[in-house]
Amino acid sequence: MTRLLLTREALLAAALVLVTIAVATRFPGFVAPDNLARVFNDTSPLIILALGQAIVILTRCIDLSVAANLALTGMVVAMLNTAYPDLPIVVTLAVATGLGAVMGAFNGILVWKLSIPPIVVTLGTMTIYRGIVFLISDGAWVNAHEMSARFTGFPRAEILGLPVLSWIAILCVAVLAIVMARTPLGRSVFAVGGNPHAAVYAGIDVGRTQFLAFVISGALAGLTGYLWVARYAVAYVDIAGGFELEVVAACVIGGISIAGGIGSVTGALLGALFLGVVKNALPVVGISPFWQLAISGAAILIAVALNSRAGRARGRIILRREDTP
Amino acid sequence: MTDATARHVPDRLSGRTVRILASWEALLLAVAIAIFVVNTFASPYFLNAWNLSDATFNFTEKAMIAFAMALLIISGEIDLSVAAIIALASTAMGYALQFDVGTVGLVFIGLAVGLACGGFNAVFVTVLGLPSIVVTIGTMSLFRGLSYIILGDGAFNGYPPSFSWFGQGYVFWVITVELVIFAALAVIYGLLLHATTFGRAVYAVGNNPTAALFSGIRVARVKFTLFLLTGLMSGVAAICLTSRLGSTRPSIASGMELEIVTMVVLGGVNILGGSGSIPGVVIAAFVMGLVTFGLGLLNVPGIVMSIFIGGLLIGVIALPRLWAMARGR
Repeated sequence: MTRLLLTREALLAAALVLVTIAVATRFPGFVAPDNLARVFNDTSPLIILALGQAIVILTRCIDLSVAANLALTGMVVAMLNTAYPDLPIVVTLAVATGLGAVMGAFNGILVWKLSIPPIVVTLGTMTIYRGIVFLISDGAWVNAHEMSARFTGFPRAEILGLPVLSWIAILCVAVLAIVMARTPLGRSVFAVGGNPHAAVYAGIDVGRTQFLAFVISGALAGLTGYLWVARYAVAYVDIAGGFELEVVAACVIGGISIAGGIGSVTGALLGALFLGVVKNALPVVGISPFWQLAISGAAILIAVALNSRAGRARGRIILRREDTP
Repeated sequence: MTDATARHVPDRLSGRTVRILASWEALLLAVAIAIFVVNTFASPYFLNAWNLSDATFNFTEKAMIAFAMALLIISGEIDLSVAAIIALASTAMGYALQFDVGTVGLVFIGLAVGLACGGFNAVFVTVLGLPSIVVTIGTMSLFRGLSYIILGDGAFNGYPPSFSWFGQGYVFWVITVELVIFAALAVIYGLLLHATTFGRAVYAVGNNPTAALFSGIRVARVKFTLFLLTGLMSGVAAICLTSRLGSTRPSIASGMELEIVTMVVLGGVNILGGSGSIPGVVIAAFVMGLVTFGLGLLNVPGIVMSIFIGGLLIGVIALPRLWAMARGR
């Protein structure tokens, strides 16, 4: 099984390298280290969100509220910064992550305690969170000149040649890779997604695991909310509109099965990077950026077709429910 | 998708389930009437035939797709690409306009593109056996992406005057063409779901695909047909919307897929498949239309209305369950 997983991710990594090389043959500048670093930095928010989404999808749920969560947290920290410009960055980070986690917990509680299907819950909270952004901001923008230099400077500050934003993405990948592989929580996430009934008999609380997955996804979305707003130095109602689907797309391309239980942190990372490289390569090779949407759509279809074949070899049922005996 | 909800597979033969289903629609109807009454008192402009007629545009196009989507969701699948199909069908019509295609031709192209997109989804889901939520997230990007490739940041306009009949015409007094199409489709889909063997098959497939297969139902064919219908309805909605707006941009109808799913779920259709009704969806369409219109008259911005719709979506599902939990203690 490990070999199979390795093959799938190796395949994706190969595709990623191929795309990069194909671009590089005509435009060598694309693979210059500082440009690759720029591409990585540009993709970092997508990577962080895809990690959280991957964990949620692994438990057979889906979180469509991440982009709205990001927008709301971003607006809250931006307004907080306007009111208290001298707030230490640590506090901003804590507020963003905490607020995001609370919003994730709200999703999780509804899924856990009321057994409402996750797609319904997050469809609802997606519009609610986005609406609250409008309520608290009155539709106004928080612009760069209203933000303190410390607030906007943090994600752009460079450590060892990479911006802090990139380092946070790397840190998230490392931490979650360890959590998923080495902790009871990580293993129960796979157990719950692989076979919820078996998980119950193994003493795993399915609802609680799904709840925790939502909290993680929410916390990461909140963190990204601050980083996003600070990096682009603007906060308004519609930031990251529709981004939730790009995040799900990154997971699907990364080989996370929407039926739960199959996937890895590396997969989510590679899926996000693939979308990031395509997005950044298009203008370089002179293809209109309008092609990006169709290309990512085609990539999703190809990825899901390939992944399902790999999954079927193991005799998995690609059904959402387990009520067929 | 969660384990616990999977156990709520309703037994259609028990009287209790029928009662709960009936009370769901009754509850929705009560909500609709309450909203209507509150709106009447809240704004003097609400109870005006022309205003109400205008307000129907808030839901008619979405509801056309919601009917087909309801059947699709009852059968256990979902189609998130409907808004993108609208965009592609509208773009195709706009493209055809450059070659002086007449109104009849435009309608034909809109419907054909819708049908083709539905068939494309259907092949991936039924022939290749892929999960519909992923396939349609993919085709959602693909179809809208094609519109962007064709149009870029431009727009098609200059539709012939006769084409504007679909979205701007009136059949009689304040009754719009769209409202008539909406009513006709409601009746057709109501009959299809509740009075034909095909409708019974849809429920059977949604409740237990394996048992349905063993009962001699061609599960794949039923699902294929439903995807085609959803695509076709998206084509119809594309014609109405394009005709009403009089122009095509690639961002047309963006985000509409989620409003349509909300409408279907609000109408009492189980998102996990197996239960739901067309009357429920019709009432849900009115509820959403009335809320949007009523709050609009009170100068409430659209995004605040969406909070209300989102809260309604979660609330109508959460409250009965909370109540059941409280009563169980």
